[in-house]
Amino acid sequence: MSAAEAKGGVIGTRKLRREDPELLAGKARFADDLVIPGALYMVMVRSPFAHARIRSIDVESALGVPGVVGAYTGADLAGEWAGPMPCAWPVTPDMKNPPHFPLATEVARYAGDGVVAVVATTKTAAVDAAALVSVEYEELSPVLDLEEAASDSEVIYEDFGTNASFVWSVEPDPDGVRQAFDQAAVVVSERYVHPRLIPAAMEPRAIAVVPSPMGDEYVVYSSTQIPHILRVMLALTAGISETKLRVVAPSVGGAFGSKLDVYAEELLCLALARRLKQPVRFTEERGEATMATVHGRGQVQQIELAADQDGKVLAVRANILADMGAYLQLVTPGVPLLGAFLYHGLYDIPNYSFTCKGVFTNKTPTDAYRGAGRPEATFAIERAMDTLADKLGIDPAEIRRRNFIPADKFPYSSAAGLSFDSGNYGPNLEKALDLAGYSALREEQARRVAAGDSHLLGIGISCYVEMCGLAPSRVLGALSYGAGGWEAATVRVLPTAKVQVVTGSAPHGQGHETSWSMIVADRLGVPPEDVEVLHSDTSISPLGMDTYGSRSLSVGGSAIFVAADKVVEKARKIAAHQLEVAEEDLEFASGSFKVKGSPDREMPLAGIAFEAFTAHNLPDGLEPNLEASVTWDPPNFTFPNGSHIAVVDVDQETGAVELLRYIAVDDCGNQINPMIVEGQIHGGIAQGVAQALFEEASYDSEGTLVTASLADYLVPSAAELPSFELANTVTPSPTNPLGVKGIGEAGAIGSAPAVINAIVDALGHLGVTNCPMPATPERVWKLLQQAKAHK
Amino acid sequence: MRVEMKVNGVARAADVEDRTLLVHFLRDALGLTGTNVGCDTSSCGACTVLVNGESVKSCTVLAAQFSGEEITTIEGLAGADGTLHPLQRAFQENHALQCGYCTPGMVMASLSLINEHPNLDEKAVREGLEGNLCRCTGYHNIVKAVLAAQSEMGGKL
Ligand code: FES
Ligand code: FES
Repeated sequence: MSAAEAKGGVIGTRKLRREDPELLAGKARFADDLVIPGALYMVMVRSPFAHARIRSIDVESALGVPGVVGAYTGADLAGEWAGPMPCAWPVTPDMKNPPHFPLATEVARYAGDGVVAVVATTKTAAVDAAALVSVEYEELSPVLDLEEAASDSEVIYEDFGTNASFVWSVEPDPDGVRQAFDQAAVVVSERYVHPRLIPAAMEPRAIAVVPSPMGDEYVVYSSTQIPHILRVMLALTAGISETKLRVVAPSVGGAFGSKLDVYAEELLCLALARRLKQPVRFTEERGEATMATVHGRGQVQQIELAADQDGKVLAVRANILADMGAYLQLVTPGVPLLGAFLYHGLYDIPNYSFTCKGVFTNKTPTDAYRGAGRPEATFAIERAMDTLADKLGIDPAEIRRRNFIPADKFPYSSAAGLSFDSGNYGPNLEKALDLAGYSALREEQARRVAAGDSHLLGIGISCYVEMCGLAPSRVLGALSYGAGGWEAATVRVLPTAKVQVVTGSAPHGQGHETSWSMIVADRLGVPPEDVEVLHSDTSISPLGMDTYGSRSLSVGGSAIFVAADKVVEKARKIAAHQLEVAEEDLEFASGSFKVKGSPDREMPLAGIAFEAFTAHNLPDGLEPNLEASVTWDPPNFTFPNGSHIAVVDVDQETGAVELLRYIAVDDCGNQINPMIVEGQIHGGIAQGVAQALFEEASYDSEGTLVTASLADYLVPSAAELPSFELANTVTPSPTNPLGVKGIGEAGAIGSAPAVINAIVDALGHLGVTNCPMPATPERVWKLLQQAKAHK
Repeated sequence: MRVEMKVNGVARAADVEDRTLLVHFLRDALGLTGTNVGCDTSSCGACTVLVNGESVKSCTVLAAQFSGEEITTIEGLAGADGTLHPLQRAFQENHALQCGYCTPGMVMASLSLINEHPNLDEKAVREGLEGNLCRCTGYHNIVKAVLAAQSEMGGKL
């Protein structure tokens, strides 16, 4: 059953979000909004140095500040931990994972590493006291540059003797790859650098841990996207029984992967609440968020393509250095693996080789950031395809057409070992080209060049496919991921016919309440307004794998879909029993069971729910109440895809790049709520464009983050972006009953290469072949000068 | 020190430290947590409120500076019965919010923009909201919402 055959006419509509009125009225509660009487405030003292031995710590004067309750060093709290901070993705058996604890004790390993936690009765007292903590450091030389770190010329962890955490590869047929390169008519070999990015969710992280007045139980309020995983990890790390922890994620103000982690401050608040028997809370300042919340990207890539004379690609070989930062956080080492299978993009390339080395540096730990591994892979292949097209004198659209996986090859077994669920890439690209008015743009581009216009036009194409909704659990086991890929759902029809849906997914802006209520309303034939969605509280929703990796709809939504259908099947038994007909003689439509052939004999779901509740007259052996719980483990990932086109204006005088137009045609299978889908794409595009043009976490030679504020780290405003032109194509995914594919990250995956391709396209006739990210006016101006000097 | 001001039409007062910022006065002393804090460099606009009808980033000013003034926060926009203001409604109808964290500030900034410039076009909206960051929406739908609200509000508050 696909959503296209859905019953209730709710799926696929642009239903407005039920989340909005509270958020718009300022009534929604984010973690820092919670009023918690008697709470103590925690403030962190952080290392200002990227690499330094901690000689001594003096908290004496801090303790003298009125209102200060304590100032705790790593040594003071050593007894609080049952283990080091968790990394749930040991990608290889010999992966090097330096144990690290919420506070650094002997050595601080990045600027921002926590050294002392100060607790006071007011925030101002804690801030004042933190400023009086004096720490004596012995500066060590920091290892900052990724490639230098990989050379091991200086090593951060002496015991390891290397900065490499792991080496991981996929190369099913090395001989095939070698032969393809030997025989290739053309070889492309390119190097790309992905700067570090700061996720910069608008809500800084906030945590409050409240001990139960009854004793040993704790409620943890956290601005997290993973309440369930967090509960497991807090229990294991702080040595508290999981049954004693309740984790609640209130309204969460964006995350983009940065709140898919277990943070030092979460553990510290928990340990200190346990020690002091009082609530302890923490809210990071933006200046801390940029340093002490994970970063994303940070890769140096070498990619090679072997192609024949017609531009048909025969092999791809990718060699990646991935910046881990100072420590491994929850899924740090797994991030490059999420892209490892996608360096052939959506092209039918028979030979594949990928190797990645994860490397430590004295910088903020990296971890998942919107797209996690897949934007990197897409960037490499899409940039390299343009270079190949250029070498052969083939149009960038044409080189892609020649290499697309043909529609009749789905499900497609890739050389990297994946099975792609569905897709029809050609028509998707043609739609984007049409929408862009591709040939007219090419004419305008040529006209400007011929006229010697100082403003050049660039057209960049990027086609992407990505894999999301990590699954199935067994495959995740094979990849050494420390969790499963399932999701839990309960659908419960109450005696009054109101419906409760419990989900293990944990929204932070995606509108799950709206979408999940639409799925259930559609299946049960009830008004969406009658469906309440419960989530993000482990005491209400004890089972869940949370929200990340574009998994919520394809996995969590599917779990709900299956649970709703189970409810209908149970209701059918009750209706058949009471109407005294066979189950097959009933049809279910618009929320009511009707006897086929005699439509006046019917039993609405509302009546059945009440019957199930009183249980006076149920079929033998049937349990009372109308509810079903499902844990759904999908058989595969989903593979959303699309074609993006960026049109840029490059000012030759200044190097300034203006994004004139952005066209995106995406295929995320069936859509539950197209309005929400478009919103996800818009936001993703903005983040990818920002990577291409504006954002970079930059460090000085000492390892100090110089973009530590939103004044220096250039998150784009409305003034820097155009409106986007969207369309879609649909190839339903056979992987799940809804026929959906994830769309949370797609925009961020397709967009950076589209923009950089457009810039290189604008400057190509001058001999420019590559452009670094972010493409600041200064950098583009330099490219122009170098190209002109060359000519 | 004692700070008194009219907030959302109601006279409010509280004793706070001299250094208390307006945003903390609103959030902590008055419990109006709809106004958010997103940065410490007056870059993000999450804290935007109206002072005598003009938008101000409440993290950049001391509460004491505004003794006796009229402040409007996001909580003061909807009707007493909860009916959303036309601008709030336009935000919902155009899906101009996702996580909603930037939203209170974005709505307040948009309101003063509409009031000050009755004939906004897309470019003017984009430039007018330059001081308000949103990480979720890519601004596309925010711009749509502001333009839609402007025509519906017909130049009125
Ligand atoms: S919190 Fe006021 S501008 Fe960011
Ligand atoms: S809606 Fe999330 S920051 Fe704007």
